[in-house]
Amino acid sequence: MTVTHTEPLSYPFNEEAGLDLNDAYAAAREAEGMVRVKMTYGEPAWLATRYADARLVLGDRRFSRAMEKEKDAPRRSPVQREGGILQMDPPDHTRLRTLVAKAFTMRRVELLRPRVVSLATGLIADMKAAGPPADLVDLYALPIPVAVICELLGVPVADRPKFRVWSDAALSTSGLTPEEFERNREELRDYMRGLIAEHRARPQDDLMTALIEARDTRDRLTELELVDLCVGILVAGHETTASQIPNFVYALLDQPGQWERLCADPDLIPAAVEELLRFVPLGAGAGFARYATEDVEVGGVLVRAGEPVLVAVGAANRDRLQFDDADQLRFDRGDQHHLGFGHGVHHCLGAPLARLELQEALRALVTELPGLHLAGDIVWKTQMLVRGPRSMPIGW
Amino acid sequence: MSWHVEVDEHTCIGSGMCAALMPEVFVLDGAVAQAVVSEVDGDETVLDAADSCPAMAITVTDGGREIGPRP
Repeated sequence: MTVTHTEPLSYPFNEEAGLDLNDAYAAAREAEGMVRVKMTYGEPAWLATRYADARLVLGDRRFSRAMEKEKDAPRRSPVQREGGILQMDPPDHTRLRTLVAKAFTMRRVELLRPRVVSLATGLIADMKAAGPPADLVDLYALPIPVAVICELLGVPVADRPKFRVWSDAALSTSGLTPEEFERNREELRDYMRGLIAEHRARPQDDLMTALIEARDTRDRLTELELVDLCVGILVAGHETTASQIPNFVYALLDQPGQWERLCADPDLIPAAVEELLRFVPLGAGAGFARYATEDVEVGGVLVRAGEPVLVAVGAANRDRLQFDDADQLRFDRGDQHHLGFGHGVHHCLGAPLARLELQEALRALVTELPGLHLAGDIVWKTQMLVRGPRSMPIGW
Repeated sequence: MSWHVEVDEHTCIGSGMCAALMPEVFVLDGAVAQAVVSEVDGDETVLDAADSCPAMAITVTDGGREIGPRP
């Protein structure tokens, strides 16, 4: 057992611009026990950085997400936000998750592959017709996942500029006042309430209609849960993938020879996507603290009941006890179970869809634009839960 | 009422969903999950686990009839 008396380290560690993993993570991973960290707001927390510790905390039901509602949770913004399904434990979490899980299984999602391919190739044809330079984010990385999640859920894709603003604010870590945060959330909820009313009047073949049916005929969820679930799917359904498409391109161009390798052998793409999911630390820092419901030993530390643990997935994914040459991008690892989609009951609902979109987005780029290169400075997003380019000019 | 539970090791992606939901039935020690008991008393949570599995790797049968994952 290690007892830590030192001051908690200031967190998050990572710079917001770029995709580097801060050296402080390697130091924490190599140190005995776990380090203590403190974010701008909320109580200090333990930081899990090793693969085994991360998997334990994410996958063990002695750790709770729901408990943070009654705590001063570690966070970057003054407002302690309600996390909907991300802030629930079983059995409440299971009740909502099972309602939407079917829409995102590998089998169901596979049916969307031709649509994703045609979106990707269509957008590239548009970029080619307009000529370089092009903004990879606005003209490619965003439109693909936005179109897919809109069609799947039943949201008009033409409303993208509207919900883009709300979605940005929902994921922002900047100093929105509680009033601004509240106003933004209610606007987004009102927008979704309008769409739900339209779907009630005219049912469609989409996920929103299926969820409305689960509420109206089977009473499986409340009206507010229905609204927030639709909002959550819309926001989570595009922002992460839209960030990872340019992040992956950036990481591939950054590592000598890797882009060219994929161009020469596109069959490597599924393996490359898995490796990039492991390699690219998407978040500026860990969030979504897990609270111990009883005393649990993690990585040589006794986490007391009621204490929070933050899980640094990006650091765990570079743990050399789990991954050989952990800091190298290698496409020959085989299946080594990275934690890019998390682990346990909150394992990313959209993982199969995200995989498919990332695979087809990359495949179309290496096939159609093998000469792709940066054609200007990347502007990085700041003060967001996920990192990635806000704009990325490319030529070919 | 006793149900039979199976995890297809070739389909399982090791998401940890089932093991976190029902550790008394599923464990994930290595790369893929296993059912540590093959028979469970009719408990709807095991159907929830089958429904929630992103790989659809869990099958629940009742006297040979497949009852989970639910359609």
